[in-house]
Amino acid sequence: MKKLSNNDYIKMYTYMLKIRRFEERAAQLYGMGHIGGFCHLYIGQEAVVVGVLMTIDKNDSVVTTYRDHGHMIARGLDPKRIMAELTGREDGYSAGKGGSMHMFSKENNFYGGHGIVGAQVPIGTGIAFTHKYNGEKNICRTYIGDGAMNNGQVFEAFNLAALWKLPVLYIIENNKYGMGTSVDRAAAGLDLYKRGEAFGIPGEKVDGMNIFSVIEAADKAGKYVREGNGPYIIEVQTYRYRGHSMSDPAKYRTKKELDTYKETDPIEIVKAEILKKKIAKNDEIEKINKDTLEEIKNAAEFATNSSFPKDSELYTDVYL
Amino acid sequence: MSTEILMPALSPTMTEGNLSKWLIKKGDTVKAGDLIAEIETDKATMEVEAVDEGVVLDLLFKEGEANIPVNKVIAIIGDPNEKVELKKEAPIEKVIEEKKIEKNIETKIENKKDDVIDTPSPKIEEDRNLSAEEITMRQALRDTMAEEMRKDNKVFILGEEVAEYQGAYKVTQGLLQEFGKERVLDTPISEHGFTGLAVGAAFKGLRPILEFMTFNFSMQAIDQIINSAAKTLYMSGGQINCPIVFRGPNGAAAQVAAQHSQDFSSWYSQVPGLKVIAPSTPYNAKGLLRSAISDPNPVIFLENEILYGLKGPVNNDINFSIPIGKANIEKEGKDLTIVTYSIMLHKSKEAALRLKEEYNLDAEIIDLQTLRPLDTETILNSVKKTNRLITVEESWPFGSVGSEIANIVQRDAFDYLDSPVIKVNSADVPMPYSLSLEKLYLPQVDDILNAAKKVSYIK
Repeated sequence: MKKLSNNDYIKMYTYMLKIRRFEERAAQLYGMGHIGGFCHLYIGQEAVVVGVLMTIDKNDSVVTTYRDHGHMIARGLDPKRIMAELTGREDGYSAGKGGSMHMFSKENNFYGGHGIVGAQVPIGTGIAFTHKYNGEKNICRTYIGDGAMNNGQVFEAFNLAALWKLPVLYIIENNKYGMGTSVDRAAAGLDLYKRGEAFGIPGEKVDGMNIFSVIEAADKAGKYVREGNGPYIIEVQTYRYRGHSMSDPAKYRTKKELDTYKETDPIEIVKAEILKKKIAKNDEIEKINKDTLEEIKNAAEFATNSSFPKDSELYTDVYL
Repeated sequence: MSTEILMPALSPTMTEGNLSKWLIKKGDTVKAGDLIAEIETDKATMEVEAVDEGVVLDLLFKEGEANIPVNKVIAIIGDPNEKVELKKEAPIEKVIEEKKIEKNIETKIENKKDDVIDTPSPKIEEDRNLSAEEITMRQALRDTMAEEMRKDNKVFILGEEVAEYQGAYKVTQGLLQEFGKERVLDTPISEHGFTGLAVGAAFKGLRPILEFMTFNFSMQAIDQIINSAAKTLYMSGGQINCPIVFRGPNGAAAQVAAQHSQDFSSWYSQVPGLKVIAPSTPYNAKGLLRSAISDPNPVIFLENEILYGLKGPVNNDINFSIPIGKANIEKEGKDLTIVTYSIMLHKSKEAALRLKEEYNLDAEIIDLQTLRPLDTETILNSVKKTNRLITVEESWPFGSVGSEIANIVQRDAFDYLDSPVIKVNSADVPMPYSLSLEKLYLPQVDDILNAAKKVSYIK
């Protein structure tokens, strides 16, 4: 298990909280009409991406699904510019042309943000191919939703990654529902982490509500991949508190189910650990809470005040 | 009873073969199933088995002899006690002769080097660096890939059978030997997966050349081509480009029927973010492929299987390129304009010859070379001169490249037109298998001729 410093604990807590506050604010802006289209929130899943973050090298690459706001924040990207993309403004990471589902930051090795279920899996595998081709020691972390695990190209990518021993870590975020269809209604065989077995890809299941389990698994898997052993799969059992997207009332599940998960809230777990280990006092935690709220409020203000893209931008960036 | 062994057709497009090696000698007794020879086809070197039994009475070609037509007698087996009259020039079966006539354009392209139809356009002849030697389209493509791979380590090739098999159509022959398996990668039959992988590699800064065994199989991967490769530069606000070439044969080959004969030129040309190229000669294949590999955007490079054997001079300068987006005026003329691309250039040239001979019409032929971005300026200038336009292409008629050209011309040169624009396309049906129906499906020289007459008001 990776040894965590006091700073690491604070970092985890801060990032998870930042994601939570960001998503709540995004929901508010959506309700006010500042954000349009599809908007998929990450609330409840914060321990996954922040846990993986704790094991990451800054030159490693990341690619993910359309539920990507949290991944960008965890990558250290500026919430102001993420929110500005959600509001479709020129200061957004994609200059207002991508929106919530299609955000990128090449300089931070963040390769999206992909709107097509499963498409990011071969792409992440190709980014890993490049790390290997260039002789770099870096790996590509490729996030996959449970819904994509029934998608053909995912298995084609698994085959290629294993065949060519590519440095790719597949992280399945199993939040129990592909849109409104629960995993047991979509997948024949519920152990998604075993779906690389036929290709010889090792896999394991992890409690995604507990960040310490995520860190332990991601650290171990990351090392395995970085040492040139080929791909690895971790299936993180997590839960989204909100619907699939903003327009989803989530009628397909019970309030009781939701409440059960909320009892093991990932942020509360970290907070309790910090207090227990006396890494910070209650008032210090309160200060983080206040500062985070403030930062996200500012991000929202920035995102609603940034200009819409100029009309001439319609025709730019089609070709380089 | 003696039996003639004929040069076999070992691929749908093979018209002649090279006798690489005899595995039998005169006097040997062969049984059905015995290997008798190694024949090099347009695609590969293959072993040929005996179908009949007997003693080898004669071998009519030496090892190493090249360009032996399909159905030529290459050996005779039979009873050694029976007297056999050897014919000097063995006959070609009548049925096959007919088949060849029906495929006459394709055969001409493959065989007739000194036919006027296949002379390079005046512009090419002005090229001072033109090679004395003529090479095939497949050599031109391979040479260009090799040259670019030598220049830039980031260029690599992947696809089905590109490495050890040496390319399903031998376009990647020798690349594995020169560049190794790190840069020439055989993939599983997994288009969706390896296309996505190549797109990811291009996002990350490599410059993949992805060969589709044929573009028919690109449909398996079309989401990655359009949603990922073509759109990500835009969706990322200009941050992430995708320098990739998707190449391979497009359109009809010879009797491979509906699922293996589709023309995708207008499909891909519809997509902003993609560039689409369709070469017609070894010369422009070389110049255009170099531009495609150097381009920072995704490029669809539509080759034609029947043209792979077409020979012509090339420019061997390793920096020679033809700009993307520029059409070539293949032949100047004053009476009507024929806009075409890829294999239909050659049928158009034949039609132009007949138009001159039979109707004294001087057609201008524009070879588009690039379909997107379209060189509308060259088309409009020509129409303003000739006042008549036909478009000739292999694709289905609905929403074809010709449809878009007709739209542009009526919009921007309406007052110059003396007659409606006429499109020549393939039939609006799936490609049939049967030779006779295939010929009806594809645009033929007569179809072009009829369209030209119609826009010229000639009955």
